Amino acid sequence: MEIKKRNFKHNVDFHQAKWNEPIIFELHQKGEKGVEVPPVDEEITQLVGDGISDLPLEMKRKSKAALPEIGQARVLRHYLRLSQETLGSDFNVEIGQGTCTMKYIPKINEFLVRDPKLTELHPLQDESTVQGILEIFYKLDLCMREISGMDCFTFQPSGGTQALYTMASIVRKYHEVRGEGDQRDEIITTIFSHPSQAATAAVKGYKIITLHPDEDGFPDIEKLKAVVSERTAGFVVANPEDTGIFNGKINEFTKVVHDVGGLCYYDQANANGLLGITRAKEAGFDMCFFNLHKTFAAPHMCGGPATGALGVIEDLKEFLPTAIVDYKDDKYYLNDELPHSIGKIRAFHGVAQTVLRAYAWIRALGADGLKEVAKTAVLNNNYMYSKVRKIKGASAPYIKGSRLEQVRYSWEGLTKDTGVTTEDIQRRMTDFGLHYWTSHHPYIVKQPFTLEPTESYSKQDLDEYISALEQISKEAYENPMIVKEAPQQSTIHQLDEQDFLDHPEKWCITWRAYQKKVIHKQKSMSK
Amino acid sequence: MSQKIHPYIPNMVPEIQEEMLNEIGVQSVMELYNCIPKELQFQGNMDLPKPLTEYELRRYIEAILQKNINTKEYVSFLGAGCWQHFIPAVCDEINQRSEFLTAYAGEPYEDHGRFQALFEYQSLLAELVDMDVVNVPTFDWGQAAATSIRMAARITKRKKVLLAKTVAPERTKIITNYGSPDLEFEFIDFQLESGLMNLEDLIVKLSEDVAALYFENPSYLGFIESQGETIAKLLKEKGVLMIVGVDPISLGILAPPSHYGADIVCGDLQPLGMHMNFSGGQAGFITTRDEVEFVQEYPSRLFGIIPTIQKGEYGFGDVAYDRTSFALREKGKESVGTQTALWGITAGVYLALMGPDGMSDVGQAIRQNSQYAVKQLANIKGIKGSRFRSPFFKEFIVDFNETDMTVKDINQKLLQYKIFGGKDLSIEFPELGQCALYCVTEIHTKEDIDRLIDSLTEIIQK
Repeated sequence: MEIKKRNFKHNVDFHQAKWNEPIIFELHQKGEKGVEVPPVDEEITQLVGDGISDLPLEMKRKSKAALPEIGQARVLRHYLRLSQETLGSDFNVEIGQGTCTMKYIPKINEFLVRDPKLTELHPLQDESTVQGILEIFYKLDLCMREISGMDCFTFQPSGGTQALYTMASIVRKYHEVRGEGDQRDEIITTIFSHPSQAATAAVKGYKIITLHPDEDGFPDIEKLKAVVSERTAGFVVANPEDTGIFNGKINEFTKVVHDVGGLCYYDQANANGLLGITRAKEAGFDMCFFNLHKTFAAPHMCGGPATGALGVIEDLKEFLPTAIVDYKDDKYYLNDELPHSIGKIRAFHGVAQTVLRAYAWIRALGADGLKEVAKTAVLNNNYMYSKVRKIKGASAPYIKGSRLEQVRYSWEGLTKDTGVTTEDIQRRMTDFGLHYWTSHHPYIVKQPFTLEPTESYSKQDLDEYISALEQISKEAYENPMIVKEAPQQSTIHQLDEQDFLDHPEKWCITWRAYQKKVIHKQKSMSK
Repeated sequence: MSQKIHPYIPNMVPEIQEEMLNEIGVQSVMELYNCIPKELQFQGNMDLPKPLTEYELRRYIEAILQKNINTKEYVSFLGAGCWQHFIPAVCDEINQRSEFLTAYAGEPYEDHGRFQALFEYQSLLAELVDMDVVNVPTFDWGQAAATSIRMAARITKRKKVLLAKTVAPERTKIITNYGSPDLEFEFIDFQLESGLMNLEDLIVKLSEDVAALYFENPSYLGFIESQGETIAKLLKEKGVLMIVGVDPISLGILAPPSHYGADIVCGDLQPLGMHMNFSGGQAGFITTRDEVEFVQEYPSRLFGIIPTIQKGEYGFGDVAYDRTSFALREKGKESVGTQTALWGITAGVYLALMGPDGMSDVGQAIRQNSQYAVKQLANIKGIKGSRFRSPFFKEFIVDFNETDMTVKDINQKLLQYKIFGGKDLSIEFPELGQCALYCVTEIHTKEDIDRLIDSLTEIIQK
């Protein structure tokens, strides 16, 4: 069927919802009520009294919390308006949040996680009554083993940062058990890795050694050889890193570290281009983690809850946080007999909904489907890579060969020519209903932006995003003030940042702080 | 044979792939993987079950979930860190909105609503705990406590930390792992009859090397620690910070820890609008005074309200971003990443719906229902309703030592009555013998509690 299409490039008519929605405290109307609390049986009240009079005096709240009083419909409307003023990935072509694998969130999965057979489960119920959810944990573990080559997974860490922290904890415990805890006090990472790799290892008491890339953008193996020693506890890296460049010598890196007795752990937060193609095991890693809210299509939820699924080789299984889900005699059970367990990382078992979402996603795709995900993500990325490099002022530093699932680009040329920065472009993209993220700090690549198209977007979507970037480049060269003064079509105008956010006398982290610092001050000045 | 196009992958369409490959200048997608040497390429096939269509998937997953028995089917008295509470429908309506569900790291301009909702969450919780600074939520209570302790260690520049022995053992594991190897932990005894902190033991262990004391109130074992002011005074003399973990749903009627001297207050948001989800509903909060030495030690994001260039318009942004690991990698304060922001928004919705009266009413209902349960339990021969004589909130210890039965056996028998009994404490607190931690909230009716009483009576008298 031939359908004549309009010549649509990017959405020049977009306008973000703007409700001028008050701060919720401004909706207060004394006497209004949002919801009723379940009533207490009269017989109970007769028997035990009001439940408050017999509290120790010093432990009674003296006056009620100064929360606003608002009727239910108004609370609902307020939050729905705030939701409309939020551009979730269901609404925009979310290519601009590189390193985060913004992909389609299947609605069937959201339907499934709201089943009361999951939502109303208590984590301490008898194992016989939670066989269903334990089965899902266990079966996802089996899938993850196939995808990574690792031997056992835990789903306790509820985010990538917590998974990285868990792995750093396992590294420490491993060396302590071997009597080398004090000696091995260094962890090596790379500058293009996520900031959490360095930060979590530092929390675990390690000195951080950071490798910088060679001129092609690869982590420098000569530099690695120069820094490894009997002090090396571990090596943590992503591959590809934020640049999208795959390090084909990764197994040499892991060997160098193993040769001096260190452990290697793999940040696979962004494994989208690798599913069924290459695995942690073949690259020589002892541990890896996947963000289920990235590659495995669980939603990001404004920043969690999420899951960092963590897999280890057999030798490290006994170090995992307890409990892991196991299967014996036709029953799933919580196995806490891990002799060198690091203890607990998070309460109970982790985010069960996200475990279910990831399992459902894998079951919807199968082995071939997962490989198609990877291949299409890489195809989409290289298509964009080809197109974006043709935009005036844009470039992609380092090696010119293909990139995997994402690319870190640079507007250095554009900034030099026009003065328009990557932050200006970020604001301008909002005007087209598109999200754009600059990049992680530090900006080794000048004026960076990192795009990751994933498999979820059609060619038309990709072309729309590219077209918006082209438009902005054109504006920057012809009339840079359009970009500099952006956003024009957003919910709000540019923030008047000055030092409001960094100055202790001006920052207001809550409404009450704002009342004290700003409103009160204004009132006293006007007197 | 035409290739099957998966609904989640639009660009599997061969004609489109062809066009894109032409643009790139390669023959096939696999060529793009030439950067991966053969020895690193996975040669086998992943052994995964065959793919399911949406209809098949739904039937398959629902059939697995049917194997669970939930707390709607059985009456549950389980708490111990995850609790069954009433959840207003508006909480669910908001947290399943696509906009919030699928948003992530957007900027103040396209995610203004997310920023405002999280700022409002911070502001609403601030009123409940009566403190001026609240963070964007962390993973859970254990993480919040662990981070509060590290913050205190940085503020005081001291390494020793005291923990009440009644802190939830699971949280203790999270805290001690997070504190090692930098911090040193010591435990403070409790009085066996009341659960209250043994102040003599505290005095002995307090010194000017101590960064902080952490205790929970209401405690993991349910009792209310009423010595807060005395403890705060003792700590202040040695320059030690007081960190209190609190169940926020108690604060409609109980004094917030800031009123009896806490410097940092933390806890879990799960009671404020989150389903239990087999523990997927946990989210941690940290609150402090608005003092630079506290604010600068948070690793978390803190959203602040600021003007925009348009007069009268509010915007929001990250306060003191340069303290975070996002900005400074290993030199930032601990580490920040994806945590539990959506639960923060949901807790805000809950507090906005409840208002001051709702929070007070729910606290009262929990007290009354749980007191009723204890009173009735006390009538069963061989059972002591509440092992501790201190007042309690929501949870309490049921002592089965005189029944000649183990908690494990009793709980197994309760399953036959379609009841989930309380958490067995015999492993975590062997000094208490055969005791269980029971939880009664506003959702329990008189009939629920009476059913427990009748069932226990039958079990024990058999």
